[in-house]
Amino acid sequence: MQLYLPIAELSVNAFTLLGLGGIVGVLSGMFGVGGGFIITPLLFFIGIPPAVAVATGANLVVASSVSGLMAQVRRKAVDFRMGLVLLIGGLIGSGTGIVVFAMLSRLGQIDLFVQLCYVFFLGFIGLVMLRESLTSLWRARKPAGPIRRAHIHTWIHKLPLKIKFRASGLYVSVLPPLVVGAGVGFLSAVMGVGGGFIMVPAMIYMLGVPTKVVVGTSLIQIIVVSGFTTVAHAVTSQTVDMVLALLLIVGGVIGAQVGSRIGVMLKAEQLRVLLSLMVLAVGIRIGLDLVLTPVEPYSLAPGAIH
Amino acid sequence: MIRAALLLLAFAGPAAARETIVAGLSENMVAITTNFTGSQILVYGAIRRDAPEPPGTLEVVVTVEGPSGAVTVRKKSRRWGIWMNTASATITRAPSFYAIASSGPMAQAMSATDNLRYQVTVPRAIRSVGVASAVADAPDFLDALIRLRTAEGRYIIDEGGVSVVQQTLFRADFSLPADLVEGDYRVRMFITRNGQVVDQHQEVIQVTKAGLERWINTLAQTQPLIYGLLALVLAVVAGWAASAAFSVRRR
Repeated sequence: MQLYLPIAELSVNAFTLLGLGGIVGVLSGMFGVGGGFIITPLLFFIGIPPAVAVATGANLVVASSVSGLMAQVRRKAVDFRMGLVLLIGGLIGSGTGIVVFAMLSRLGQIDLFVQLCYVFFLGFIGLVMLRESLTSLWRARKPAGPIRRAHIHTWIHKLPLKIKFRASGLYVSVLPPLVVGAGVGFLSAVMGVGGGFIMVPAMIYMLGVPTKVVVGTSLIQIIVVSGFTTVAHAVTSQTVDMVLALLLIVGGVIGAQVGSRIGVMLKAEQLRVLLSLMVLAVGIRIGLDLVLTPVEPYSLAPGAIH
Repeated sequence: MIRAALLLLAFAGPAAARETIVAGLSENMVAITTNFTGSQILVYGAIRRDAPEPPGTLEVVVTVEGPSGAVTVRKKSRRWGIWMNTASATITRAPSFYAIASSGPMAQAMSATDNLRYQVTVPRAIRSVGVASAVADAPDFLDALIRLRTAEGRYIIDEGGVSVVQQTLFRADFSLPADLVEGDYRVRMFITRNGQVVDQHQEVIQVTKAGLERWINTLAQTQPLIYGLLALVLAVVAGWAASAAFSVRRR
């Protein structure tokens, strides 16, 4: 069934979109990430203009994250105070990101910048996660191995403005969460992702938040920042396609439930190995596009250069 | 007096008075709705003659031209091992859609002078307004624009796409793609004798978004804030509803 998208101005198969939304939903159900880092490149691939893909991707992330947060709230696995601090940083970062996005669009380098961001972050996070999860898989087989200390004190703990984060059991400065939040907010605006795949490892490894509360807490920030990004893109560049978003959301919501069932059947370490391999694969795929000689060196963009 | 002068002009005019086009379109309006997958347009017509058929080969050329707009063409080249956009040129006006159908090969159907005069073939239709930016290899950028749009099915050349019956009736079928841009589409018809244009005729097809498509598009353009908030509410409600529905099922 072909469907005409009013903002993207092209006609696509509705089932393709439901399927894409479904894939992203399965991933978010399995790994607790928004799935924006997969959907935006996939939308590029089926011919959706990059600007529309980024803005509409943010809208999809809102829906899948709300769905995820509801489940976490029921489990009481959310640190609202930490969420609020991350959020304040996130809004600052997101606002900056939108300005940079508009500036680079004018210069014609937005595609390059977005691709470089993808390659760098996906590659880096994929490698770190793969290493960590393989070691813990290996350690699980050999229970005699050394036990890691719960708290390792670093320079981060010497920063001022300390507050208590009761749900996370932490007493740290507000600065690191603010910076992490701002960084994720910035990437969210520029890359059209919720930033879950950056936020989750950053909270675990940099802030030391217990894994149990990480997903729910990062979702608060992801929802608000993606929501803000959606509205801001709608206002500044009119690139949110509601029909596209609706189809992706329907697919995503169904996929998320399937994904969470699959997730229950696998071990946490196995899940992390799979997620890191997937993150790496997407990163390598985008990286190859930058390095390999393109078939067509020319590209078109509507409008004149200012 | 004026009437006499007009009458004189009409008869004195070159071949124009002897063969004229009487034409029609299958549709004057194309509505883009949610299930729009492109549209078929039939251009048909007849050649009216006041006198016996003049000598020379008769050919018919029909063009369909979508609304024009500025286009930026960017070129990638390798820098520090990475392919990035390094050069660009702005083409001030290029049609968003352009289809040509002719009864024979274009080189034969219309002379180069008339092609230039009436701006018929694709390069003429764009070049007539020129490249604004002073880029050294501007023709390469124009060629790239034509090549890319041809590959997308936006620029179509169909030599032999016009069928002429009994040297009088002609018809041409055009399929408009699904990713149409809104606006007025100009349909031009030319009849030529030995490559010289004898008569031309023009019609307009209006392409507009309709129904839900129109509503969404208008809202996005005129009330962007409300539109953005609406998209947000939609996402939140969908996410909440899904979670609620599945937790009920689980119980």
